[in-house]
Amino acid sequence: MTDLTDLTVADIRDGFRGGDFSAREVAEAFNANVAAAKALNAFIVETPEKALGAADAADKARAAGETLGPLAGVPIGMKDLFCTQGVQTTAASHMLEGFTPTYESTVSGKLWAAGAGMLGKLNLDQFAMGSSNETSYYGNVISPWRRKDGGNAALAPGGSSGGSSSAIAARLCPAATGTDTGGSIRQPAAFTGISGIKPTYGRCSRWGIVAFASSLDQAGPMARTVRDNAILLEVMSGFDPKDSTSLDLAVPQWEAHLSSDLKGKTVGIPREYRPDGLNAEISAMWDRGIEWLKDAGAEVVEVSLPHTKYALPTYYIIAPAEASSNLARYDGVRYGQRDLPDGAGLQDMYAATRAAGFGPEVKRRIMIGTYVLSAGFYDAYYTQAQKVRALIARDFELAFEKCDLLLTPTAPSASFALGEKQADPLAMYLNDVFTVPASLAGLPAMAVPGGLDAAGLPIGLQVIGKALDEQTVLNASLAIEERAGFTARPDKWW
Amino acid sequence: MSIDLQTVKKIASLSRISVTDAEAEAMVPELNNILGWVEQLGEVDVTGVQPMTAVIPNQQRLRDDVVTDGNVRDKVLANAPQAEHGFFAVPKVIE
Repeated sequence: MTDLTDLTVADIRDGFRGGDFSAREVAEAFNANVAAAKALNAFIVETPEKALGAADAADKARAAGETLGPLAGVPIGMKDLFCTQGVQTTAASHMLEGFTPTYESTVSGKLWAAGAGMLGKLNLDQFAMGSSNETSYYGNVISPWRRKDGGNAALAPGGSSGGSSSAIAARLCPAATGTDTGGSIRQPAAFTGISGIKPTYGRCSRWGIVAFASSLDQAGPMARTVRDNAILLEVMSGFDPKDSTSLDLAVPQWEAHLSSDLKGKTVGIPREYRPDGLNAEISAMWDRGIEWLKDAGAEVVEVSLPHTKYALPTYYIIAPAEASSNLARYDGVRYGQRDLPDGAGLQDMYAATRAAGFGPEVKRRIMIGTYVLSAGFYDAYYTQAQKVRALIARDFELAFEKCDLLLTPTAPSASFALGEKQADPLAMYLNDVFTVPASLAGLPAMAVPGGLDAAGLPIGLQVIGKALDEQTVLNASLAIEERAGFTARPDKWW
Repeated sequence: MSIDLQTVKKIASLSRISVTDAEAEAMVPELNNILGWVEQLGEVDVTGVQPMTAVIPNQQRLRDDVVTDGNVRDKVLANAPQAEHGFFAVPKVIE
C-alpha cells in the first residue's frame, strides 16, 4: 500500500471519499510522522487527539452517508499565530506562553468546519518577525533539506512560516496554514521546495490571528501542489464582518477553474528584479520559468517597476510602525506573561513584562516603530513611507496595463545555514526583496518550486497577479509545476 | 540623522521596554544601521502623492448600533495573569 503521508490533499480527500482508506488511518499515519520528527522542531504543540477526533467524525459521516465537507479526512498543521480554542497559542513568544484562547480564529474555524483535523500548532518566527525561524522562543525550526556537500549543516526552513514549510516538506502534514506579511508564506515555501499562496489582501479574515502589521498581514495555505493550495484557499477565504478590512466578495471556485493553458495571457518580467549580482542559479531558474510559461502559451514582455528598490525600506518603516502599535496590547494585565518586580508600580510592570516577554528581534522592531511614529519624525518616516507605498502600488497598476501576471524569483538565494545571517538584521531583511513589493501592494502572489540548485537545495519562482485574480496566479503556477516536474524530496535523517 | 544612547533609552521608555545600559548601548549601532538604510526613502519625489490608506479599495461598513456579544466576563478574564472579583488586577496605581 502507498504511504498515506506521501499523498496530496486532493489524493487524501478523493481517496477517503472513494473508500480507499479511512480518515483514521490517514490521521494515524501523520500523527506517527509528527511524533517521530522532534529533531525538526516544527511543532510547538502536538494535538494528535484533535487529528483523530476530526478523522473519526469524518469516518462516521462517511459511513452514515452524510454530506462530507471539502476537507473531510484531511489532517493539517496550524501555524501557531492562529488562535485555537482550548489549545495554547503563543506566536512563538515567551510573552504568550500558556495563553489558551477561549475563541477560534475565523480561518482556522473555517478549516475545521470543512472537516480538516489539527495535527498541531506549528513553530514560527516570534510574532512572525523573521526570515529564518531563528527568532522563536521555542527554538529554531530545522529544514529537512541538507546540502549535498555532506556537511550536514542545519539549514533554515525560511520564515516566518518555517514550521509550516518544514513540516510539509518532511511529510509531517499534507498542508498547513501560513501567514504572509512581507513574504512569510512564499520565502519558506521556496526554501523547502513546496508551494504557497498569499491571496489578495482582505480575502482571508485576520480575525483571531495574532496581529503583526495589520495593513499587510494575510493568511494563506501552504502545500506541495498548486491544486492543494487552491483547495485550501477556497475554504480559508470569505467575508468576515469581524475584520474591518475583509473583502465582501464571493469566493471563486479556484480548484474547478484550474487550467495550465495560458494562451492569451501576457507575462511581465520586471527588469528591476534582476539587479547586478543576482545569484546565477536564481537567474537561470527565472529564465527557465520564462520558457515554461511561453511553452504554456503565454506571451512574455519586459515591464518596469521603477520603485522596487524602495520597497524594503518602505516595508521596514510601515511594518515596525504597525507592530509597535499592535504589540502595545502585551502589557501583562489581560493575557500572557507578567513580570512584577518587588515593589514595582504599573509602569515598571509594563516595562519589565515586555523586557522579559519579547525576544531581541521583536524589541528591535517595536523600538524602530516607536521611533518612526514619535513626535517630530512621523511625517519624515511614516507619511513618506505611505506615499512611497502608493507609488509602489502604482508601479504594479501601470505594469498590469501591459500584462496579466508577473514572473519573478521568490528569494534571492536558496536556504542558508542557521546562524549564517543572524548577526546582521539588515542582511536578513534582504531575503524578502522579491516578496515585499507585492505585499505592500496587497496583490496575490504564489511561490512554486522550480528545481534544485547545485548544492541540491530547492529554488523556486514567484507569480504575482492582479488584485483579486488568484485564478491566473494559480494557473500560471500550475503551468510551472507541470513543466518543472519537481519531485525531489529531502532524504530522511530526522 | 543618527540616534545616540539617550535617544535609544527614550525610545525604550516610550515602548515600555526596560533595557539595561549595556543593552541600550548595543542597540545604538543596530538601530542607526537600520534607520540609516530606511532614510533613502527621503530621495523619492512624492510631490502630489497621497499617502496610501487602503491597498485594496474597500468600503467602510457600518452596522446597526446594537449589542452583538457580551456576557463573557469569565472568558475575557480566563488568561489574565491575575484576576480578582471579576476584574483584572494590577499593582496599586494611586498612593
